[in-house]
Amino acid sequence: MGQITLNKVRKCFGEVEVIPPLDLEINDGEFVVFVGPSGCGKSTLLRLIAGLEDVSDGEIRIDGAEATDVPPAKRGLAMVFQSYALYPHMSVRKNIAFPLRMAGLDKAAQDKKVEEAARVLNLTDYLERKPGQLSGGQRQRVAIGRAIVREPAAFLFDEPLSNLDAALRVGMRLEISELHKRLATTMIYVTHDQVEAMTMADKIVVLRAGNIEQVGSPLELYRNPRNLFVAGFIGSPKMNFVNGQEAAKHDAHTIGIRPEHTQVSTEGGDWPGVVGVSEHLGSDTFFHVTCEGFADPLTVRAGGEVDLHYGDKVFLTPDAAHLHRFDKEGLRL
Amino acid sequence: MATKASRTAARMMISPSVILLLGWMIIPLSMTIYFSFLRYNLITPTGNPFVGWENYYWFVTDPSFKAAMINTLLLVGGILLITVIGGILLSLLLDRPMFGQGVIRIMVIAPFFVMPTVSALVWKNMFMNPVNGIFGQMATGMGFEPVDFFGQIPLLSIIFIASWQWLPFATLILFTAMQSLDQEQLEAAEMDGASWSSRFWFIILPHLARAITVVILIETIFLLSVFAEILVTTNGGPGTATTNLTYLIYVSSLLQFDVGMGSAGGVIAIILANIVAIFLMRMIGKNLDA
Repeated sequence: MGQITLNKVRKCFGEVEVIPPLDLEINDGEFVVFVGPSGCGKSTLLRLIAGLEDVSDGEIRIDGAEATDVPPAKRGLAMVFQSYALYPHMSVRKNIAFPLRMAGLDKAAQDKKVEEAARVLNLTDYLERKPGQLSGGQRQRVAIGRAIVREPAAFLFDEPLSNLDAALRVGMRLEISELHKRLATTMIYVTHDQVEAMTMADKIVVLRAGNIEQVGSPLELYRNPRNLFVAGFIGSPKMNFVNGQEAAKHDAHTIGIRPEHTQVSTEGGDWPGVVGVSEHLGSDTFFHVTCEGFADPLTVRAGGEVDLHYGDKVFLTPDAAHLHRFDKEGLRL
Repeated sequence: MATKASRTAARMMISPSVILLLGWMIIPLSMTIYFSFLRYNLITPTGNPFVGWENYYWFVTDPSFKAAMINTLLLVGGILLITVIGGILLSLLLDRPMFGQGVIRIMVIAPFFVMPTVSALVWKNMFMNPVNGIFGQMATGMGFEPVDFFGQIPLLSIIFIASWQWLPFATLILFTAMQSLDQEQLEAAEMDGASWSSRFWFIILPHLARAITVVILIETIFLLSVFAEILVTTNGGPGTATTNLTYLIYVSSLLQFDVGMGSAGGVIAIILANIVAIFLMRMIGKNLDA
């Protein structure tokens, strides 16, 4: 079981309020991702749930039981840190066994659980090594192993992939998703990378300055962003925003259109413009197009084999069905 | 230093200082070794015949040598024990956020800047003197018999004085090491259900292991030659109760005017210090590699 409820949770560091009163419901077995730009309070929120920081106000309930003042070890949660926080002087075996040893489990039971975890995480060959002798991805797995053996009610991940290189990150992303499917345990995952959020989450919580901007499934957030911030944050490359006259045509202060929802044509369309820098990814090409009367260049997606070059004249046509309209306050219309 | 030419040039450049330093060390060392094989007493100028290992024989079989070795061991061991344990405790305290952090940290280091002679005299006259000292006054004030520190517990008193001086050094090194501990490790251990004492035992202490070794080795080298504290407080007495190896060498060569005997003692001390130094060099070398 791993149902977590935050009720009017507030956190201040001295005078500064980093998290204004906030409510959140995390259901059992869910993969929840906290995402937001750096400094938005997502790590603080995770640490509040873990119990590593005291809440200034409000309450945290885990499986219905009041947990606000329960020490971290008694909450039944396990955490994977950004720096992995492995114990450098202990072998992998001892690292993974540490929580069991602290719980006073006997040696045979410890060994059994450690070996089971090592098998799941492909660490069996490395059990006698020290963390210093492992690669980044292996260290990451040891940190996860140390969390798994405790059989926690929920896993907390604090930007676990940010120290890995791009290829490894994709691999570990899959492994963590796979682990979630297999264990079906609640996982709370903090990241600033919206791609990680989109690919892994059942539920995304978008945070800005300690406030929850929107909560929803990845596709919900993609399809119906509640405001400009979420619209700009979710999706890669970013949504294009257009103000002024063009927006007024749609009765909005700002309109947003995603690069993948814009047609590029050399013959004719709504917005004439000039091709700037293009980024070829093979499968897709992203063009930065400067359109007449628009303040910023727009990013558009075209197929991988489109033959357009710097300085070419093109016409863009936004897909009306996927046009997002926002009012003066940045809220969705 | 890429090319052969630049390497040669580099060697030429540093050679004057290396040769100077080497000479500075080699000349007194070889003279000491040379004198240690001579009968060389300033009171009985009989010429200085070569006597082989005789000086060493008499130095080692002297009953005060055994006492001096035991005292040296007790002195070094006692001070190490107090400074390492005290240093760990002090740095645990200093590691906590508190009011006046900067000033307190500087004040903790202060005793290290006081000269050994001065601090020993201050302790002797102002604290440990049974009549005028603060401890004596306090004991008398409460109706107890004041302790005559240098009469009843001379070695312990000197261990205490030297520990007071060396505690800041140990604290400084251990405190720096403690600050380099990754806080996430402690938090991870906390999540893993480790109590404070388990965190100290399984995380903090292993992290400090290297720093502790360095403190022990460096202090050992300096503590083998504790001298000023003994000279200004007890003069090695009562009897030989506070005579360590360094003080015994001083007694032989400067009180008994026996240069040969003193040199033999000096060579023995050099050998002892070098054994420690070898461990120290290997230790520090390993730290630099890592």
